Amino acid sequence: MKRYLLSVCYPAESTQPSPEALKRIMSDVGAVRKEMQDAGVWLFSGGLHPSSSATVLRHQDGEIVITDGPFIESKEQIGGLTILRAPDLDAAIGWARKLARALTTPIEVRPFTEYGD
Amino acid sequence: MAVLTRFLGDISLAEEAVQEAYATALARWPKAGIPPSPAGWIIATARNKALDRLRRESTRADRERAAQVLADQEESEEQEESEEHDVRDDHLRLIFTCCHPALASEAQLALTLRLLGGLTTDEIAHAFLVPVSTMAQRISRAKAKIRDAGIPYRVPEAAELPARLRAVLMVVYLIFNEGYSASSGDQLVRPDFCDEAVRLGRQLAELLPEESEVIGLLALMLLIDARRDARAAGGNFVKLADQDRDSWNQLHIEEGRYLLRICLERNRPGPYQLQAAINAVHCDARTSADTDWRQILMLYDQLMVIAPGPVVALNRAVVVAELEGADRALRLVDEIELPHYHLFHAVRADLLRRVGRSADAATEYQIAIEKCANKMERDFLVRQYRSLIRS
Repeated sequence: MKRYLLSVCYPAESTQPSPEALKRIMSDVGAVRKEMQDAGVWLFSGGLHPSSSATVLRHQDGEIVITDGPFIESKEQIGGLTILRAPDLDAAIGWARKLARALTTPIEVRPFTEYGD
Repeated sequence: MAVLTRFLGDISLAEEAVQEAYATALARWPKAGIPPSPAGWIIATARNKALDRLRRESTRADRERAAQVLADQEESEEQEESEEHDVRDDHLRLIFTCCHPALASEAQLALTLRLLGGLTTDEIAHAFLVPVSTMAQRISRAKAKIRDAGIPYRVPEAAELPARLRAVLMVVYLIFNEGYSASSGDQLVRPDFCDEAVRLGRQLAELLPEESEVIGLLALMLLIDARRDARAAGGNFVKLADQDRDSWNQLHIEEGRYLLRICLERNRPGPYQLQAAINAVHCDARTSADTDWRQILMLYDQLMVIAPGPVVALNRAVVVAELEGADRALRLVDEIELPHYHLFHAVRADLLRRVGRSADAATEYQIAIEKCANKMERDFLVRQYRSLIRS
């Protein structure tokens, strides 16, 4: 079994969906998560506050310097993530497909390195 | 290769093992004689080489895995009768892996040529006009992604198959097109690419005989490939109307027609079958003047319904020119957006010439010549251009 990170991507300037649309999305996403849990593949998932809420720590000359984030300024932002177990990429893509349908945003699928497994 | 990739779960390891096995065969066969099943011998030897390597290089966890592989292998050796069948299934798995949508399309092409076509990295790099180091990197990155992301060696499930098969057919057809009409360079045709694509097409047809589009693609490639030599006669590009039809490959045409009849009986038309049908109509005509353009137009109309696109529209316009005149065709062409495609400009130039707008035609030929990266096609366009400005 491998582990995969499913990241929810959206443009930094994207506007919040309307309250009704958001409600539907949240319930759809909840249903996908429930399905993942029932199938025993779900490890973790969560949504993130906007990147303006981020704080960055840097190692500098032996000191740890704390600054306002985000770490990387980019148009695309990670809005949330899911970690799951899957036998291969096709299985992970199968779950990501469901998530992308529910969220209507792009999803990035990325494998974790597996040391010593 | 395909069998070992499944056993070992690693393409690079499989490749190295096969190379070693061939080297051993070269050293041993001349003295000891060729074994009764050469392919089986290579597979078994490569398997052992790979296992030796795993034992030498690996940690304990890896060794256990290798031992498991060995155990599985011994089990499978008991079922030698199904070996032949396994090889075919493994090829199918490997082609779906090489053409996985998670790989960039240029990587799909390179991997398919390397692993299923057996072309060397040098040959592929040369064909795509990129440095060998770039191509080597492209291939090794793709292999690393297959390994790290866990792209499976598996024929997709029924629900996924149509979309995944489309990607595979497209890669095979791209290889064929690159062979039949090299996008750049001095040669008009790259015969090895054509042959390779036809071979892959045959393999797919053997593996998935129920898929009409697979049969359709093979028919299409055979019918086009039949004209390969006639198209480049005397070292020059010869357009369809002027080709020596006696030099078309009749065996290919017969096979293409036979495959097309199978498709017709099934009545599940698709883009490749329709394009094959169009080419079959061309092959039916004894001379260019005998061409049944009405039939061809009808087929293009169907193609525009199921697979519309600017290139189909351009080809359809060429047929309209034959039936309803260049004037009518020119109006259709002017609605098509294909500014970067040299053939768009070549077709438009020809139509402008035919309606007597010589100055516009000359300008359009110049654009076509500028956009065309293949020397022989460019030479043809230059000849057209010169004969226009002389008259």
